[in-house]
Amino acid sequence: MNLIDLMFEPLSYEFMLRALAVTVLAAVLCAVLSCWLVLIGWSLMGDAVSHAVLPGVVLAYILGVPFAVGAVAFGLLAVALIGGVRDTSKLKEDAAIGIVFTTLFSLGLVLISVTPSHLDLNHIIFGNLLGVSTADLWQVLILGALTLGILIAKRKDFTLYAFDPTHAHALGMNPRLIGAVLLGLLAMTSVVALQAVGVILVVAMLIIPGASAYLLTDRFSKMLLIAPILAAVAAVAGVYASYFFDAATGGMVVLAQGILFVLVYLFSPKHGQLATRWAARRRRVALAAR
Amino acid sequence: MNLSVDVQNVTVHYGPVRALDGASLKLEAGRVCGLVGMNGSGKSTLFKTIMGLLKPDTGSVRVGGMDPQQARKRGLVGYVPQNEAVDWDFPISVGEVVMTGRYGHMGFTRRARSADRKAVAEALERVELTDYAHRQIGALSGGQKKRAFVARGLAQGARILLLDEPFAGVDKRSEATITRLLRELSAEGGSVLVSTHDLHGLPELADEAVLLMRRVLMHGDPHQVLRPEHLALAFGLDPMNRGDAA
Repeated sequence: MNLIDLMFEPLSYEFMLRALAVTVLAAVLCAVLSCWLVLIGWSLMGDAVSHAVLPGVVLAYILGVPFAVGAVAFGLLAVALIGGVRDTSKLKEDAAIGIVFTTLFSLGLVLISVTPSHLDLNHIIFGNLLGVSTADLWQVLILGALTLGILIAKRKDFTLYAFDPTHAHALGMNPRLIGAVLLGLLAMTSVVALQAVGVILVVAMLIIPGASAYLLTDRFSKMLLIAPILAAVAAVAGVYASYFFDAATGGMVVLAQGILFVLVYLFSPKHGQLATRWAARRRRVALAAR
Repeated sequence: MNLSVDVQNVTVHYGPVRALDGASLKLEAGRVCGLVGMNGSGKSTLFKTIMGLLKPDTGSVRVGGMDPQQARKRGLVGYVPQNEAVDWDFPISVGEVVMTGRYGHMGFTRRARSADRKAVAEALERVELTDYAHRQIGALSGGQKKRAFVARGLAQGARILLLDEPFAGVDKRSEATITRLLRELSAEGGSVLVSTHDLHGLPELADEAVLLMRRVLMHGDPHQVLRPEHLALAFGLDPMNRGDAA
């Protein structure tokens, strides 16, 4: 069998095609959102919301409403509780985040354990790429496309919110509303990504691509291209690697993203470690020669 | 009289701390007003109240003769942030920062039209940053950074420009450039409220000065306000050290 055949072999299975489609979509969506999260300083908020949606997803399942509704409700509830605990006690934000999301996540675990259903805990925690049904695929596609569409259409408002919310306020906009919309989109993104890599690894997809892109460029518009490209490459590489090594898919995808980050961190032309150290060294030599 | 800002008897608390206590201030169009007071005298709080970022416990604020929210929606209020309020590593260029001044003029997706690009180009030209339009915002000197944000207010078409400590960390040459800009802006009918610690530069900068100590102690000609006995009211001593020189 030659290399081309080897490349196409996984694609001859329908479950692999679905897995690839869902992973790439989730990775691209998370990557676009991660550009703002990294700049606003909401990386931990991504972690919190992606965990806190769990009880919402379970309740939505029990009540027979779309997952997205429950997820957004609990995502925003988590954000409101975090803000409430932070502002009304002397606790700092990291403690508030830790308390709120673990408690909501636990509520989700308890709800799953008492719900007679085929909701499989392992699938929610580690993702269930290879068991993606056609209905799941449609839900992920519609939700993902909707979320991505809003993010792209309102990208300039989100960027202004990240850079200078006071100026947004001065223009008569409502920065709190913009922030709330962004967090709602974060909750919807979590539902999509949950399907692909599971609750635990969603946070990686919500931080690594944006962080990598930030080290590669000084222009936000370029970040918005670089991050999803990196994430898509990592998604395809991860899914393929998991097929050939018969290893956990979600884990492989995030591992691929992590490896890409390390490469960027070391070799980025302007902000990479090698470049900055080389520039510092040249400055020292130039000073010594003077 | 054409009032651009009308603050009446405003009181603001942070928890138990009273930051403003019955402050009243009227600003006319076409004037530069310098705001002087100690740290903690309520300068930033006054700015935030005029911006509508803080709701006063008592008193009222009118901007451009209307409700502040209405004035903001019309793009009348421009502000230049303090240095430490800005993420200077943010991946945004000088031109893009100035373009955000145009967002109120744009549609749902904030797509720039030729009028927007023209306004940005003119604003950059006026603050002499045309050649720096593509620089990342943090790659400017202290004075250039301030000018970039003044340009944002110009592109916005703001009629009231608020500057909180614009001369902190700014060299003398840039300070002169910014002063000239603000004077031009007021000559065109805009009004400018600027807080400053540079008391020596105040008469050059401002048509009038306000002495703040949780309330407005004095509001009038800068030379008058800067008299030692008046400054002593706000600072508790003579901060210009003229007592020694005399």
